[in-house]
Amino acid sequence: MTGRLIPREAGIHPPLFTPAYKTSVLRSPQRALIAFDSSPSEETGPTFGHMKLGALDNDLLLNYARPGTSAIGERIIVHGRLLDENNRPIPNALIEIWQANAGGRYRHKKDGYLAALDPDFGGCGRTITGEDGSYAFRTVKPGAYPWPNGPNEWRPAHIHFSIFGHSFGQRLISQMYFEGDPLIARCPIAQTIPDKAALDRLVAALDMSETKPMDAIAYRFDIVLRGHRQTHFENRPEGM
Amino acid sequence: MVQKFDKPILTPSQTAGPYVHIGLVPEACGIEDVPFETLGREIAGPEAKGDRIKITCRVVDGGDLPLRDCLVETWQADAAGIYPGQEGADPAVSGFGRMPADFTTGEITFETIKPGAIALSGDRKTPPHISFWIFARGINHGLHTRMYFPEDDLSGDPLLARIEHRDRIATMVAEATGPGEYRFEIRLQGAGETVFFDI
Repeated sequence: MTGRLIPREAGIHPPLFTPAYKTSVLRSPQRALIAFDSSPSEETGPTFGHMKLGALDNDLLLNYARPGTSAIGERIIVHGRLLDENNRPIPNALIEIWQANAGGRYRHKKDGYLAALDPDFGGCGRTITGEDGSYAFRTVKPGAYPWPNGPNEWRPAHIHFSIFGHSFGQRLISQMYFEGDPLIARCPIAQTIPDKAALDRLVAALDMSETKPMDAIAYRFDIVLRGHRQTHFENRPEGM
Repeated sequence: MVQKFDKPILTPSQTAGPYVHIGLVPEACGIEDVPFETLGREIAGPEAKGDRIKITCRVVDGGDLPLRDCLVETWQADAAGIYPGQEGADPAVSGFGRMPADFTTGEITFETIKPGAIALSGDRKTPPHISFWIFARGINHGLHTRMYFPEDDLSGDPLLARIEHRDRIATMVAEATGPGEYRFEIRLQGAGETVFFDI
């Protein structure tokens, strides 16, 4: 047993029904979610620490590029730490990312945006966190792209993150934005998050200290998952 | 004024969007030559103990349209009710499934083994079930639900006892469609809306 999951703090995650993001209207439950104490089904989860990663799995500059070349765009390093809300690192956890190319075009058969595909950019990567919860990717900064929500709506530059902790109840998918992007304040998806301080948690900061001179500029993005309760007192009627 | 909790703010969720396949099931959306081992395809290997089952599912929106861009992840115990990673777990069971909906029909198929009942604290047990996590464009944070089996007695489940509207429990019970075959429809909204958990 890994202990009980700390209940989600209210007001951090976006509500499910957010009509300005139109697709949520028919895809959000109307009944209240049912709460219960976490059980082994939520307190355990898949682990991938033993998984063999390819040498370029976290290097999107090279993992789809033809030999001798690399993806076109602003070369960036995205790095940070995976922590829980008790400020403890989460080691050996899987982080997967996906994104558009520098022009805002996704390598996906359903994306018909007129910006061109980059023959040297796939747009997916993954890594396993280190003992201190640290992770890093190399990629290009994605471009903004239009989407058919309102008549003239553009997503801010963003990288999608899929994060596993050590339990299924910690599972999280989110998006990372970039410091200073004026589209964040106009985006109905970013603005599904009601709390400004919570949305700020998704905006990666320019990190000159990790920038590689004459090579790649760095952004720092720390991720915080819900934690397990540090039990001081617990009623156990069975006397264990 | 009082002392402030010095606690990091949780990272909020965002939708997985329509192109989630690129990151999580790249071969499903036309990305070739990314040498990633696909995750979540083998929930229970050929050596796994237990009865083999096949689950066909669909996720349906409030307008009765199946989602053709969603992904579903599943997590389950082995035939003895032990989760992978716990002591004594069947090493042939990974327990983790990840499948995209078919781009045309919205159908999702899982092949696995039927899990055993799960021990809770004391001598309580919760009947066999598979945890589901559903995410897609339009879903702002992943939805947790469970699939239970129609042949099992659910009346003693202490977790299901939390559900005041007893008729809603049926929304989490799969339909048997043949020997070892089940159909599970997840309705996001409206009549017959599936129970989702705040977990």
